Amino acid sequence: MKDFEQWTKLLVDVIARATAQLPEDVTRAIRQGRTHEAEGSLAAMALDAVLKNAELACTDKAPMCQDTGVPIFWIHHPVGVSTGMLSKACAEAVRQATAQNLLRENAVDTLTGKNTGNGYAPSIPSVHCEEWDRPETKVQLLLKGGGCENTSAQYSLPDTKLGADRNLEGARRVVLDAVFQAQGKGCGPGILGVCLGGDRGTGYLEAKYQLLRHLDDHNPTPELDAMETRILDEANQLGIGPMGFGGKTTLLGVKIGTLGRVPASYFVSIAYLCWAARRAGAVVAANGDVTWLS
Amino acid sequence: MAQLNLPCDETTIRALRVGEPALLSGRIITGRDTAHHWLVGAYREEVAPYLQGSIIYHCGPVVRKNADGTYDFVAAGPTTSAREEPYQADVIGRYGVRGVIGKGGMFDKTRKGLVQHGAVYLHAVGGTAQSLARAVVRVERVFKLEEFGVPEAMWVIEVKDFPTVVTMDANGGSLHETIAEGSKAVLQKLLGLTSKAG
Repeated sequence: MKDFEQWTKLLVDVIARATAQLPEDVTRAIRQGRTHEAEGSLAAMALDAVLKNAELACTDKAPMCQDTGVPIFWIHHPVGVSTGMLSKACAEAVRQATAQNLLRENAVDTLTGKNTGNGYAPSIPSVHCEEWDRPETKVQLLLKGGGCENTSAQYSLPDTKLGADRNLEGARRVVLDAVFQAQGKGCGPGILGVCLGGDRGTGYLEAKYQLLRHLDDHNPTPELDAMETRILDEANQLGIGPMGFGGKTTLLGVKIGTLGRVPASYFVSIAYLCWAARRAGAVVAANGDVTWLS
Repeated sequence: MAQLNLPCDETTIRALRVGEPALLSGRIITGRDTAHHWLVGAYREEVAPYLQGSIIYHCGPVVRKNADGTYDFVAAGPTTSAREEPYQADVIGRYGVRGVIGKGGMFDKTRKGLVQHGAVYLHAVGGTAQSLARAVVRVERVFKLEEFGVPEAMWVIEVKDFPTVVTMDANGGSLHETIAEGSKAVLQKLLGLTSKAG
């Protein structure tokens, strides 16, 4: 079992990886998108810039984007691991990573408007611990930038204007509307995490959790898998393109999960993630051995 | 590809067109939410000379303070410009700013301001904070660091060949509006909606 200092050190390493290393599946999807854009177009120029930047960040172990966002940790742990200790270790890791310029001084007191200067404020980082019946601990981190967070959206169905009923077709309609509304503001090509159901709080959290999935995975639920493929294809017909410059690469992926809902509510929560999909993680075995997640 | 040396005059700016890549060199200043609010609150004489004829960069950088008291930009990509929409045209007019660098584009009030005052909106590629930090060759000085914090402070920087694209020009053109209109038509087709209902 690792102690507080060991956990903190590991979590700083997770942050260092997330901020500087674009996941391989994301890099592949951007390269794939690049092949669809016309030579000399603004879309091609933007994707080339993104790929070059990813290389520089990786080589220098430096933040690929200056908005290092809200660090969101999901931790699955065995019985007996203290969630209080893990939460404190996450906060301390964010403080240390901020001091090392791996993260920007990115936490502001909402009432006073003062930057706390150390990366920490209530709910920053955001930590979600869940016990599971396995011996190892899994840590997953998403650095969710503010620009893309501002373009995220939540719809309450039915939506008359969009002709969206309380079913998968209604969900498809509002998700496409969200992509249209986002235009280039969320630093596209973006990745959508979507949650059908839940309440306004759990819906968004599940939508963000979906963003931890690899772009090339498949949804185990066939109708959701088909919907992910369809929305990705349709969104890329909108012509918004990288950065909203126009082009064929508007989204890199769509990942959809579901939660239960009460009869009165049908929320569709859409978490927009920028191309700088800063996701990292590690599995810590009972004996302390660390395996990095891709 | 336009080469823009800053500060510059109105004629140079009015010649730029939407869709044209532009490489910036010279002195610019960062400013985002808190700074814009502050700039419209009163005429700020101390920063006015740095704004005149230059460009405001919507950026909240990661900054390293060196042992000798100087600063370096560690990561410095653009932030979303839409948040400055209420203030931008006024700031441009009042301080004689020739343009802004940001991402995501801006709206009608700013567009009118660009036309009226002879200024442009320059789009940098969002998220490319490492490439863009390398185009910042020197941090000259900083305003309001203590009060606003690192991301919101106004950093006076010298850039060299800083890559941007003109997406809103001084003649009323806006790439963002063109793309929004085109994508709206596709969306309505995909959803089987008429333009009135959309």
